[in-house]
Amino acid sequence: MSQVSHIPGNIMFDGPMATKGYPLNKMCYSFNNANGRKAFLANEDDYCEKFGLSVEQKQAVKNRDVIAMLEAGGSIYYLAKFAGILGLNVQDVGGLQTGMTTDEFKAFLVQQGDK
Amino acid sequence: MAKILGGIATSHIPAIGVAMDKGLEQTPYWKDFFDAYPPVREWLYAQEPDIAVIFYNDHGLEFFHDRKPTFAIGAAAQYENADEGWGIAEIPPVTGETELSWHIVNQLIEDEFDITVCQEMKVDHGLTVPLTLMWPGHKYGHIKVIPIAINCERHPMPKPSRCFDFGKAIGDAIRSYSGNQKVVIFGTGGLSHQLDGQRAGFINKPFDLYCMDKIVNEPEALTKFTNFDLVEQAGSQGVELNMWLAMRGALQGTLTELHRSYHLPISNTGAGLQLLATSDAAMLI
Repeated sequence: MSQVSHIPGNIMFDGPMATKGYPLNKMCYSFNNANGRKAFLANEDDYCEKFGLSVEQKQAVKNRDVIAMLEAGGSIYYLAKFAGILGLNVQDVGGLQTGMTTDEFKAFLVQQGDK
Repeated sequence: MAKILGGIATSHIPAIGVAMDKGLEQTPYWKDFFDAYPPVREWLYAQEPDIAVIFYNDHGLEFFHDRKPTFAIGAAAQYENADEGWGIAEIPPVTGETELSWHIVNQLIEDEFDITVCQEMKVDHGLTVPLTLMWPGHKYGHIKVIPIAINCERHPMPKPSRCFDFGKAIGDAIRSYSGNQKVVIFGTGGLSHQLDGQRAGFINKPFDLYCMDKIVNEPEALTKFTNFDLVEQAGSQGVELNMWLAMRGALQGTLTELHRSYHLPISNTGAGLQLLATSDAAMLI
């Protein structure tokens, strides 16, 4: 999709991104299972290794860097499951991606109604 | 012949299910949102539908990227919900239906929609939140559900015009069924929202209101959009409008709009609720 760059701040999740992100998304898919969540928390590095994450993906996971995870092919549907492990909701994740605090992000959402 | 009574479009945001679990419906954040639902429920209960066809998108419960269908339909006697990983409470199984499902599958293939058929399928919040909104307290066991999943996650995904035509083919299939069942169609998800990227938090109220206006009698104003247009206008998850278009495609003839409401923000989303009745619905005084 060559149109990707036409929407600032949007990382289009398309086929090539799904290929790139497969190990990361597969790991996050495993978080549907309580045992998967437990195993990740017990030893993050081993768990990332087990799913074959790339160096870039491992680093993004280690840094809890949502934008880097998206750029490494992460799909927000699966990253949301990862956020759940960390006790973060979608407003927290919104804040992390936009450089706002969660409260600032919530206020930003409310402001959308003034447009 | 089976009859389609109407279509209901509703948000399926997970936070709604969580709020209901916690009994937060009358708190300031939620009150206006939940107060919109009783009139729609009253209509639904008075019509006594036998079957609900629900267009939704799976968010990584049943379909991972190893095998992700573009369009999938359930043909099972029961559907289970399961752990989605981030804490929404699981709900009791949903009652299914197989005879009309298989009839729809046969007709879709005739209509050149070569759909994936699932005789076992876990259903996620995309389907369960609307059910819980319509029948709070998990009182949905009597209604037979036909789940129809549309890929709204990974591009390429079906075009808005294709989703509308897909819904139309399903509507035609239902109306050609020899039974006397009463069917209601649900379009779930939306409206504008973006969860991912630096653009997270994007909501477009004027566009959402435009969509709710046009979907009643001019859906072709919406089916001309590309999915890229929808991402641009409604955010990366705003493509969920495609489920509303599938619902609308299934409706035929003169429609009566019995409800329209919109609240912003619910979680990160502009949340719409709309009820369109067909002339086959019973008139209520």
